[in-house]
Amino acid sequence: MSEPYIKLENICKSFGTVKANNNVSIDVNKGEILALLGENGSGKSTLVNMLSGIYQPDSGSIYLDGKLVSFKSPKDAIASGIGMVHQHFKLVDVFTAAENIIMGKQKNVFLSKKRMNEQIAQLNEKYGLSVTPDKKVYDMSVSEKQSVEIMKILYRGADVLILDEPTAVLTPQEIDALFDILRKMKAQGCSIIIITHKMAEVLSISDRVTVLRKGECIATVNTAETTPQKLTEMMVGSAVSLEIERPTTTLSEKPLLSVKNLLLKNIDDVPVINDMSFDVYGGEIVGVAGIAGSGQKELCEVIAGLCKANGGDILFDGGSILGLSPHAILKKGISMSFVPEDRLGMGLVAGMSITDNVILKSYNKNPGPFIDKKYAKSLAQQIVKDFDISTPSVNHQVKKLSGGNIQKVLLGREIWLSPRVLITAYPVRGLDIGASYNIYHILNEQKKKGVAVLFIGEDLDVLKSISDRLMVIHNGEIIDIVDPETVTKEDIGLMMLGHKKEEGDAV
Amino acid sequence: MMRIQISKRAGVSRVADTLIRIGAIIASLLLAGAVMAIMGFNPLNIFSKIITSTTSSFSRFSETINKTILLTTLSLGIAVAFRMKFWNIGAEGQLYMGAFGAALAAFGFPELPMPLLLLIMGLFAFIFGGIWAIIPALIKIKFSTSETLVTLMMNYIAIQFISYLQYGPWKDPASLGAAKIARFSDNAILPKVFGIHAGWIITLVLVILTTILLKHTKLGYQIDVLGESETTARYAGMNTVKIMLLAVAISGGLCGMAGFMQASAIEKSITDSMSGGLGFTAIITAWLAKLNPPVMVIVSFAFSMLLQSGKSLQVMGLPSSITEILQGVIIFFVLASEFFINYKISFRKTAKEAK
Amino acid sequence: MDILNEISLFLQTSVQMGTHILFAIVGGIICERVGNMNLGIEGMMLMGAAVGFSVACATSNPLLAVLAAGAAGMLGALIYAVVTVTFRGNQVVTGLVLTIFGTGVAGFIGKSVSGNIIPENVTKTFAPYKIPVLSDIPIIGKALFDQSIYVQLAIIIAIAAFFYMKKTKWGLNMRAVGENPAAADASGINVTLYKYVHILMGGFLCGIGGAYLSVVFLTTWQDNVTAGAGWIAVALIIFSTWNPLKAILAAYLFGMLKGLNFKMQGWGIQVSSQLLDMIPYAATVIVLIIITLRKKKEYQPPKSLGNPYFREER
Repeated sequence: MSEPYIKLENICKSFGTVKANNNVSIDVNKGEILALLGENGSGKSTLVNMLSGIYQPDSGSIYLDGKLVSFKSPKDAIASGIGMVHQHFKLVDVFTAAENIIMGKQKNVFLSKKRMNEQIAQLNEKYGLSVTPDKKVYDMSVSEKQSVEIMKILYRGADVLILDEPTAVLTPQEIDALFDILRKMKAQGCSIIIITHKMAEVLSISDRVTVLRKGECIATVNTAETTPQKLTEMMVGSAVSLEIERPTTTLSEKPLLSVKNLLLKNIDDVPVINDMSFDVYGGEIVGVAGIAGSGQKELCEVIAGLCKANGGDILFDGGSILGLSPHAILKKGISMSFVPEDRLGMGLVAGMSITDNVILKSYNKNPGPFIDKKYAKSLAQQIVKDFDISTPSVNHQVKKLSGGNIQKVLLGREIWLSPRVLITAYPVRGLDIGASYNIYHILNEQKKKGVAVLFIGEDLDVLKSISDRLMVIHNGEIIDIVDPETVTKEDIGLMMLGHKKEEGDAV
Repeated sequence: MMRIQISKRAGVSRVADTLIRIGAIIASLLLAGAVMAIMGFNPLNIFSKIITSTTSSFSRFSETINKTILLTTLSLGIAVAFRMKFWNIGAEGQLYMGAFGAALAAFGFPELPMPLLLLIMGLFAFIFGGIWAIIPALIKIKFSTSETLVTLMMNYIAIQFISYLQYGPWKDPASLGAAKIARFSDNAILPKVFGIHAGWIITLVLVILTTILLKHTKLGYQIDVLGESETTARYAGMNTVKIMLLAVAISGGLCGMAGFMQASAIEKSITDSMSGGLGFTAIITAWLAKLNPPVMVIVSFAFSMLLQSGKSLQVMGLPSSITEILQGVIIFFVLASEFFINYKISFRKTAKEAK
Repeated sequence: MDILNEISLFLQTSVQMGTHILFAIVGGIICERVGNMNLGIEGMMLMGAAVGFSVACATSNPLLAVLAAGAAGMLGALIYAVVTVTFRGNQVVTGLVLTIFGTGVAGFIGKSVSGNIIPENVTKTFAPYKIPVLSDIPIIGKALFDQSIYVQLAIIIAIAAFFYMKKTKWGLNMRAVGENPAAADASGINVTLYKYVHILMGGFLCGIGGAYLSVVFLTTWQDNVTAGAGWIAVALIIFSTWNPLKAILAAYLFGMLKGLNFKMQGWGIQVSSQLLDMIPYAATVIVLIIITLRKKKEYQPPKSLGNPYFREER
């Protein structure tokens, strides 16, 4: 084989102390589709963002057609023929497809509908796309918007296309259509890099697969010569034994939190939580494993009363809490802490001090119109002490703290409310080992106190070690609830990808 | 090759913040001074005139304080809404409607004893100003229409309404040809305390109350949280609609109080030009004071000096518009200087040079 | 025929009374379409009015006067652009300050020229002239074709602005900047450049709008000559839903309202002129509510209006 068209060699990239990419090398030929496979946080997005000019690598080199290149911005990458379709589309809502495609790239001064339509028809034909030039973006479905994004890149003359989880938001039919387009592009000599979590898709669309894990390149294999089992193994790695204790407790008689046939649809009327049913008893930790975007965030929000369910019921200690205000739910003793990617999000007020943040849910406890500043200060000092938060003072702005300390503030506040149900999502996101163990310990303490804990996590080893029961979700549905002591990581991995254990290879 | 890189930063220390702002003001004064010098004026002369003409005699000083009272109270009102990121630029209209409310009371019960009448006037002013602010808030809640534009429009509707009263139904027949609204009864006029109308006491009380509201009450806390993020406020179980309406009502009410004091103490009636546009100027003072009530007093005083000195400069044969130009230059510099507080500028080598 | 003639004369006056506003609305639309709300329109108009007037008096050159007025407005817009685009200052506050600043500059310049009147050479150039045949069209003939060239310029600019925005690539790109600067940036559009150019264009139009008042309409200097026209323009920008063609309608409706005011006084009809003056603002509030209710995306304010754009470089 001749020199690959694109080659990334020994790429390293760190954010702060976190090594997002460590000596990663990939290559793609012309007319080839490479799949990048890996768990969340394995460094896939970081890697392709460097190819598309959003980040610059700390070290390592990028070769395009044998020549060393360096991109300072997405513009540079596009000029070299490399385009990326992001998960969040960058389109102008009130423009038509055609206007979005030509903007910034039109040569003639005057816009001509006829010319635009012709150009779009040509691209439609060449790549098997079906973009309607006159349709406004706000009238489009997600897959139509995606087609516009793809065509926008093709219109700019790109022959290298990077797709970041393009199928996450598509229906199976739409996915088939997208893959047809990708195959056509491949036949035209384009190089395609596709990031995906879904095993079936990797197998059906890619020529080769590169597996990343924890920022490192594990292996690159020919798709035809591998199996889902092998890929999953590479993806999750061999089981690591973690010394996280799993104290035994007596469970409450009745479940404290009971979710029954829960249904939740997003604005596009697509179910994001589909017929979910599970119970959490007092004194146990139920772990939730799943690929990002499988409905974790929505589950948290619907239980906390931040969005309205479209069907089913949620019971707390036997009584329905569906339709109650977030305030009422809070008062009942259900506490939810969600640590989003940016760590701040809705749980904390970034611009406020630790003191002001720890009272977010309890500022109203005392009667009268005034904030009890003494209480606030002592609570803040207590939490800072108990959770070993390192900060110059309790008046320090939360956004100026380090990630681990921010999370401790959030979790500390939730636990200080002495909730009966504690829902926590990604509490150890981005934390170092020591800080993580601290948080596991805190959760176990809660469990011993008889709190029902729902723990939504990322690291399968941790989930396996800490949970009493482990629920695996995929696409808003519960695939299975398993015993974490007997299940293997590979099985969990397969379930996260939508394979049900008993049903073998069903998607 | 060096490349300028700009990134957001979490903030700078209080000292640096103050230094940057003072630096901006000095730079703007230098620039303004240079321009004045080029135009043939002695900048030092003008600057000193601005200070002496507004503070050198008691009557001048009290004039300056009159403006400070108005500006401070309006800034307080604006700040309450702005803390919540509710962009109320309708202070002007809320002032006029507040003055209208006060006038209703003054004309309705002219014979009531002074303290009672003034109290009722203040109450009416607060309510009318509050209602005028609640209208755009309701429109925002109901239709999610931008409050910036609606509050702006409501200003002119209010002014035209007062103007209508002045030229129409409320026109004082005793004033012969001139379109004027009748003078308030003596009981409706704020008395003087230490030579300056009692509004200064009211304003100081309002500064303290607003400080307490914003820093020490649950509502103030809720306003801050809601201003930072509506999702967080809902997550914390707050009733966002109620908080918004309450805060906006207080915001408009405070602006209405400014209208009451101006009507009662200065105009002794109401007119369609009684605000002198200070409802807009107050947006600037509130912003420059970083929505911090005590600081507003200082900023408002400085502004009042600039505003007030215009007349005196004119008497000395200097164009009064210099003060407006000066205001503009100073604030442009301060606004631009905030960039250096919010963003970090660094130089770094381009990737090509790096190995 | 008398009635027809009366109407056409009325429309002729209305158009004259809406002309300065039309310039300002179109200028404001261009500025807001790139996502910048400029409450300094009043200030820029005043600067244009004062500079245009002075240059007209000093040089007797009508073209120079118009260009100077435009340049003055542009200078105001440049300050605004530097503060809001480069330094990302608050748009509302900056606009308000620009109005104060512009009032000051106009007052300063105006002081030295007050008492002057516009030279004959200039008034002649801007005097109404009849276009044969067309000006005899009933009702609208006089309004459109028996007018000053300055008046016609406003209409031409409004139409040209419409075509520029809807039919040229630059128009497409500038709208993209106002709607979604991040998308525009990703498409290779220079967001900062587009913002600067269009804010300056807007300032130019506001400047010549102001000069229409001082140079053509009044021909003498009067302090605060715009008398709040800039704020009416801010309202009518919304009323015309950011569309320059509708701006023509909005401006002339406003002119008619003003005209009606005088007329009714003449006819002895008792209608408060203050209440009539309230109409544009009240109508704007209603239009604002209607456009948010109808949810037709094309009529909404540009999406990024009021927000600075910042692309974080990592």
